[in-house]
Amino acid sequence: MAEITYREALKRALREEMTRDPNVVIWGEDIVAYGGGGAYGVTAGLAKEFPGRVRDVPIAEEAIVGVGIGAAMGGIRPVCELMTINFALVAWDQIVNHAAKQHHMFNRQIQVPMVIRSPAGWGRTASTHSQTFENWLASIPGLKVVYPSTPYDAKGLLKASIRDNDPVFFIEHLALYGTKGEVPDHDYVLPIGVSEVKRPGKHLTVVTWGRMLVETLKAARTLDAEGIELEVIDLRTLRPLDLAPALQSIRKTHRAIVVEEGFRTLGLGAEIAASLQEMAFNDLDAPIARVAGLEVPMPYAKNLERATIPFAEDVVAAVHRMMEKKY
Amino acid sequence: MDKDSLILLYRQMLLIRVFEDKSAEMYARAKIGGFLHLYNGQEAIAVGAVAALRPDDDLVTHYRDHGYALARGLSARAVMAELFGRETGTTGGRGGSMHLADVSKHFWGGYAIVGGHLPLAAGLAYAAQHHQTGRVVFCVMGDGSTNIGTFHAALNWTQLWRLPVIFTVENNQYAMGTAIANHSAVTEIYRKACAYDMHAEQVDGNDVLAVREAVCRLATRARNGEGPALLEAITFRHRGHSMADSDVQRPKSQVAEWKERDPIPAFAEVLLARNLVTPNDLEQIARDVEAEVEDAVAFADASPEPARKTLYEGIYAEPVSNMQIDGSLIGPPTLGPVIFKNGVSKHG
Repeated sequence: MAEITYREALKRALREEMTRDPNVVIWGEDIVAYGGGGAYGVTAGLAKEFPGRVRDVPIAEEAIVGVGIGAAMGGIRPVCELMTINFALVAWDQIVNHAAKQHHMFNRQIQVPMVIRSPAGWGRTASTHSQTFENWLASIPGLKVVYPSTPYDAKGLLKASIRDNDPVFFIEHLALYGTKGEVPDHDYVLPIGVSEVKRPGKHLTVVTWGRMLVETLKAARTLDAEGIELEVIDLRTLRPLDLAPALQSIRKTHRAIVVEEGFRTLGLGAEIAASLQEMAFNDLDAPIARVAGLEVPMPYAKNLERATIPFAEDVVAAVHRMMEKKY
Repeated sequence: MDKDSLILLYRQMLLIRVFEDKSAEMYARAKIGGFLHLYNGQEAIAVGAVAALRPDDDLVTHYRDHGYALARGLSARAVMAELFGRETGTTGGRGGSMHLADVSKHFWGGYAIVGGHLPLAAGLAYAAQHHQTGRVVFCVMGDGSTNIGTFHAALNWTQLWRLPVIFTVENNQYAMGTAIANHSAVTEIYRKACAYDMHAEQVDGNDVLAVREAVCRLATRARNGEGPALLEAITFRHRGHSMADSDVQRPKSQVAEWKERDPIPAFAEVLLARNLVTPNDLEQIARDVEAEVEDAVAFADASPEPARKTLYEGIYAEPVSNMQIDGSLIGPPTLGPVIFKNGVSKHG
């Protein structure tokens, strides 16, 4: 089993699925013209391997998603790349009113087996290019939302998303593209809608996803030295949302924190905390806490940018607050 | 066209007219709710276009879609039942008036976000090109759609990839109540295609034979790989934008003038002049169509509402194994409590 990057894992998933199914096509901005394969290099080389099936498209996100929907209705399995998740806003009507509605509104006559791939993240890119909208996306019936945090999950879940008969919004993260992990060479598919315990522990449950898993695992190593063991749940899919492992964990640890990169107000963490306390109020020794991004338009200045984003130290601080308080 | 085909065009136009008038009546009697956009006055476009297409050519329409559904051969029963919100409707009461569909007849639905369906038509055409089916996609919209971003994005992409789409604009000269001169910098809509180097034509949308001929020509072009086209059909609505529109914006003289150019009596004159029908034949057709619409109403009224237990069906292609009662959440079904709208708490 080789150790490869998250970026490479995604590319292998695309290559394997394109080889397996001639109806899989990839459309995106500059994914061919940029020899490197799009702004972040995920599709590098695929255009040569699959002539005609990897294509550059106009910078018109409403069409990238909308033409993808129509193609999917006609039996194609398009993987549409939005250069960053910020540009999904341009395509919002197509995502919400078309991709997510078709199957139900037309009473199951139409399926939309498409994947929209797009990275969240930041990098001195200021407020319009440093956002994440997984809470909006995860609130839409008919859409599936997948957000892998490791190379292993990225490959298995992208393959599952391409094979899925529903529209899947597949969120990646700029800070994860270069992270490495072990990924088997063989063909494997992971189930959509199943979260996972990424690290067992007995004192406190952390529910998280995406890049914040990496930060939470860092925090867990720091806290190990203090004798505090975190149990870390990676949601992996945000709709449908599988909270069963989190619930089981809370029944053991009696404390929980939800860690997310997006805004706290109306974030996914609010939904998760509310659901968990509805289901496990009597098991909790403390109110469920949240760690989240600060609610400001992202500034350009390096120090201000860093101040808005949650890191491992914020998770450590939240754990300290929860463990020190007596309830 | 042979005699029977020509008479069928007349019958279809009349069926749509009678169906629409009956729908208005059912709306007034609260059998139909929500938005109801009627097609009176524009029948020649749907009937002429559908007659020009192959039965397996794909149809993607705006929300003023009853005419296209009936012209494509969806039964008046199923369409009326959908307007009534019944289980026997074209989408089982999920979509209503604006979202009729029958994919088995390649009618991919009416769409209610202005311009939102144009990229979908381009995508269906890509699928036809990819699978080399020889199908073309007929995509219809109103003049009000030609100002929104998706119109331009879809035309550009379609021409760029030479996708087989006939974009047809039913230019009824008003976007809801706003006259075309007040909503579009270019009032001859077909000229907008030149921005994308796309072939374009203009046709009298109240002349069913002219529409048929134009769509035949453009479908042949598209099928031969010569690319998409924009067809502007000039027409006029006899009623307001929807049943909620009291139609005060349009001058009464203009409405009256266009009612004089009603496509249905005009085509009756053609049939009579060519000695293809007698006045008695036309009366018989009218009686048949009235009976068909009455039957559709009776059928719709007698049909059951969709069962409450089907509420969560069809949100996803395959049932999501761990999906809770509200359709989104979570965990094993024993995790309850679930609060229903009526405030009753129930442990799942």
